[in-house]
Formats: sequence, structure tokens, C-alpha cells
Amino acid sequence: MAGGIKKFVVGSFDDEAVLFPAVKNVRKAGYKIHDVYTPFPIHGLDHAMGLRETSLHTAGFIFAATGTTTALSCISWIFTKDWPLNIGGKPNFALPAWIPITFELTVLFSAVGMVLTFCYLCQLSPFIKKHHFHARATDDLFVMAIECTDKTNDAELQSFLEKAGAKEVNVQVAETGWWIGRYDKEQKLYREEKGY
Amino acid sequence: MSLLKYESQIREPLIGGEKDYHQITEDIISPIEMKPSRLWYIGFFISLGLLLFGAYSVYREVTYGIGQWNLNKTIGWGWDITNFVWWVGIGHAGTLISAILLLFRQGWRTGVNRAAEAMTIFAVMCAGQFPIWHMGRVWMAFFVLPYPNSRGPLWVNFNSPLLWDVFAISTYFTVSLLFWYSGLIPDMATVRDRAKTKLRKLLYGVASFGWTGSTKHWQRHESLSLVLAGLSTPLVLSVHTIVSFDFATSVIPGWHTTIFPPYFVAGAVFSGFAMVQTLLIVVRKVMGLQDYITLGHIEAMNKIIVLTGSIVGCAYLTELFIAWYGQNPYEWYAFSQNRANLFSPYGWSYWLMMFCNVVSPQLFWSSKLRRNITVTFFMSIIVNIGMWYERFVIIVTSIYRDFLPSSWSTYYSPTIWEIGFYLGTFGLFFTCFFLFAKYFPVVAVAEVKSILKTTGENYKAKMTETDKMDAEKFYIEEVEHAH
Repeated sequence: MAGGIKKFVVGSFDDEAVLFPAVKNVRKAGYKIHDVYTPFPIHGLDHAMGLRETSLHTAGFIFAATGTTTALSCISWIFTKDWPLNIGGKPNFALPAWIPITFELTVLFSAVGMVLTFCYLCQLSPFIKKHHFHARATDDLFVMAIECTDKTNDAELQSFLEKAGAKEVNVQVAETGWWIGRYDKEQKLYREEKGY
Repeated sequence: MSLLKYESQIREPLIGGEKDYHQITEDIISPIEMKPSRLWYIGFFISLGLLLFGAYSVYREVTYGIGQWNLNKTIGWGWDITNFVWWVGIGHAGTLISAILLLFRQGWRTGVNRAAEAMTIFAVMCAGQFPIWHMGRVWMAFFVLPYPNSRGPLWVNFNSPLLWDVFAISTYFTVSLLFWYSGLIPDMATVRDRAKTKLRKLLYGVASFGWTGSTKHWQRHESLSLVLAGLSTPLVLSVHTIVSFDFATSVIPGWHTTIFPPYFVAGAVFSGFAMVQTLLIVVRKVMGLQDYITLGHIEAMNKIIVLTGSIVGCAYLTELFIAWYGQNPYEWYAFSQNRANLFSPYGWSYWLMMFCNVVSPQLFWSSKLRRNITVTFFMSIIVNIGMWYERFVIIVTSIYRDFLPSSWSTYYSPTIWEIGFYLGTFGLFFTCFFLFAKYFPVVAVAEVKSILKTTGENYKAKMTETDKMDAEKFYIEEVEHAH
């Protein structure tokens, strides 16, 4: 919910080929792009917007390493210390036989950990609601939201976006974070509900 | 046009018809917004009926014990383990399509991956039923989990392939589910944002986790999909490898071979693709998705079927040869008498398997037959019958004659409750699939949109001009452009 109520100028584009130069020009002109909402992943848009690479895969690696260590340490403790079971007189520390389970737990920890991290980073969860700048952002429009500061001239920015090829331009006041809510109910900001 | 975006005209479009982004949303999502057709209800209730019959068969098995099945002195594993391996194998195609083809950057997977992944999850659910109910005292099923207990603690045997199976199947199910659902979140958001009724808004709102389509989120989503694909690729190979270890690490003639892991994996992919064909040929017709699941997709899958079918055939011949070449009398007896001898009690099943899995898929060397939907549909069913018999042959023909000839006499055939259990898993599978087809986008909407401008029919038509250019001129222009 680390958001706040801010004012945005929103331009919606219907072609990614128009969107790319628009993103470039908006940034060149010194405006701050809050976000661009797209119906599908557009390769290179993150670079064009100047976003840094995600380090989600690093988290994946750490979870994987946790899985490997958990499996190996648990099994070796169980089979050599806690209850050394005599299986056909074979060594208690039977590393080759533990590889399959170690591998499976590595994958399991990594996958579960990464998905949870992904949901945490993107703040995704059931019963979470966020402000949607345009309902068609999940259908066929590429929606650019530009944050307004005190110095921003709305009208100028709007015509700037129109010139850049936006099909629809408007000004919206929106909560930037998430709040607990349902999509079948009228949108109500968390802080309004709580009265602060 | 940059070199990267250019795709040759020789490759046929993956998305047919005159499409734009909105049209894709419309085509894929509108079927799930309509009331189900009568055909859907008929199919759904037949599946539900089968499921109930299966539930009753399982009820009898739990109440009266494993004696409800015709297992006998030497055949301790019969239909249920056959069915287990068969269902797990079917699951493999989904992961192959979504993970391995993603790593290989195969654009055609976008049309079929969603349904194939769903099929994987349902197939693994069905597979899991068999070992669980085969335990007999199913209320003790939690004994397979390693947890500190009051029985010593007596731990599970980490050196046993049967325990590896527990870990492999449960990991496989979990990871497939996560992979499938993380891909589904953006599409659920698309359904949510189109929803008209309150109930749909609520349900799809919950299911879409508040997805907005933010670029940063997409960037992480892409990274997540790539790493999950990278993890699933060795995972899917490991799962059937471990299933094959259930057999290969034993000393039973016919099971005790090192060829099993690759042979099982190839067979799994083979049967999985056949099941994908069976389902998608019906789905594309009923839901009118011919533009997204094109003849090209069907042909691509048939190519994989002929490839994996030939690998399987090669494995059959190799194990036969090695059984003879290895000069182990028990091994050679299992192959020459129990299997290859047509007049032995189960000889028919070996030759049925050979015909279905090795001979019949060779039809797909002909591109005309690969693109024939009727042929493909029948072939997909033949392949799945063949692959069921493969597991039956491996399991039953290896153990119906053990090392003690006095216990050889009994011919194993299933009871109605064994068959009922199997039919019940069909019920489970199709009930889940019918619900999936009705309430979820069966084609990955966002992913299809991302390949529209490179492989859509109407966009490809515009590329013809580039295609007519001779290569040298094209290259010079591109190089000049790059400068």
C-alpha cells in the first residue's frame, strides 16, 4: 500500500510501434513516466523506460540453493545420525541414491520461492485491488501514465501526448498503491474507507 | 523492417484470418462468457458419471481391500500401476510444450500451451490416485512423508525409488500448477476487465490477483516464466526417469535395464502429444479456435509424435537385442517367450503395442496425413492405446512368470472394479477439462498477442514484398539501415 494519491496524465496508444518513440520523447522532454500498462509483454519496453533489470532470477537461485542444502542436510542427518538404517549392508551415507530427492527439492524450493517472491514484488494476491487507468489495458491498448508534479502543465502534456500518437488522453487522480477490495464493488480507496 | 522481426513466408502463419489485438481477446474469451452448449452439458455429465463410478470402485476397494482387484501371487502390480505410469506419461507433453519449446523459442507453442499445461495438471492428478489407493490402508498415506514421528522416529527410505517417486510426482504437480497459474494471471485479468456480471467480476477479480499489466510486472513475469521453464525442463525429464527407476532398479527380468529412463521419457512425450491432439482437435472445433490452433500446429505436433514414436520403437528393438546379446537366460526368456512369442498368454499385447506405437505412427512421414485431422484424431487414440499397452507389457509380462514355475498358472485379467477405477480417472480428467474449457481462457491470450505481428496471417501478407526482394538487396538495405 506504499502509495499515495497523485495526479496523472494518461495517454492510451493502440500500436506498440507508436508507443516506443512516444516513450522516448516523453522521457526526453523531462516528464516522469509512472508506468506503461500493456496487454502483453513488449520486449525492450523496460529498457526504453529506463527500468533496471529484475533480479528475480537471483532470488530463484538462492531458493534453489536452499532446497539443495535442506535436502542433503536432512537426509544425511537422518540416515547417518538419527536412525542409521542398514539397507543390504550398504553405506549409510549413500549420496548417489539421494540425488533424485535433492534435485526435486531444489526445483521445488526454487519454483515455489520464486512465484511467492514474484507475487510479493508485484503485490499480487486475491482480494487485492489497484487503480486501473484504462479497462482496455488488458485488451488492446498500451496505456502510459505520467505523474504530474506541481510544475507540470497538464494541457501542454496532454497535447504533447496527442502529438506523440496517443488515441485517448485524459487526466486522472489515482491511488498508486493497492488496497483490499473486490472487483464487483465500486472502487473505494483504502484511505477513504478508513477516513484518513 | 528489422532482420529480427522478419520471418520467412515459407513458414505458414500461426494465427489465421484478419486479426488485431482486440479480435484475439474476443475470439478466445467470448466462448467462456456464453452459456455452455448442450454438447458441453452432455460431455460434462458423462464425465461426472464416470467419476462417480470410479469413486464407487474405490469405495469398494477401500472397504473390502485390494482383494477387489484380481492381483495374484506373482502379479502384485497390475492395472493400477499401468494406469499410473500411463497418466504420468500423458502429463509430460504439457511441460514439454510450455517449458522446452519456450527455451527453444518455438512460436507455435503459444497456441497450445495453455490447454496442454492444464492437461498435464489433470493427468498428474489422475496418476496420483493409483499409488495412493493401491496402498490399501489409504488412511496411512501420510506415512510416505518424512516427518519426525512417534514410531522411532522411523523415517522413510530415502534410497528407495518409490520414495523418489513421491517427491518427483508431488514436485512435478506443484511446479506445473505454479507455472500454469502464473501464466494464467494476466489472462484472468483480461476476462475480469471485460466482465459484465457481478459474479464474474468478483471471481475473475479474485483469480487475477489484481493484475494491471505494468511493464515492471511484465518484466518480472517474463523472467519468472523463463526460469520456471528452465527448471521444468530437467524436472520433466527427471519425473519419468524416476518412474522408470521403480522398475529399472529391481532385479526382475525385463525391468532390470539401463535403457529405461530415456525410453520412458520418449514414450511419455509420445503419449502426451497424442492426448493433446485428441483434446485440441475437439476443442478447436467446438470453440471455433481454428485460427489459433491451426493445421500447422497439428502438423508440428504430429512431427513430434513420429519422432518420439520412432525413438520408442528404437528402444523396443534395442532392449530386445540386448536381452539376446546379454545372454542372461532369464532376461532372454522374458523377452522371447513372455513377450515376443505371439502364442504365449500375453504375446498379443506385445504385438499390439508394437503395431500401435511403432508401425502406425510411421504414417506421419507423409505431410498429407500429418495435416489430415481425421487421421490425426484416430492416430492419437491408437497411440494412447499403444502406450497403455506398453506399460501393461512391461509390468505384467515381466512378473506373471516369476522365478518359480509352480506359481505360473494364473492368468491375470482385471475385475470390474479395477476397470471402474481406471474409468473413474477418465471421469476426473474430463470433468476437470470440461470445467477448464468453460471457465478459463483455453489459449494463452497475452502470448498469442505477442506473436501476432510476426506470424499473423494478415501481417505476414504484408511481408510478401520483403520476401520478393532478392537476398543480396535485402541484406544491403538492412546493413545500410543499421548504419
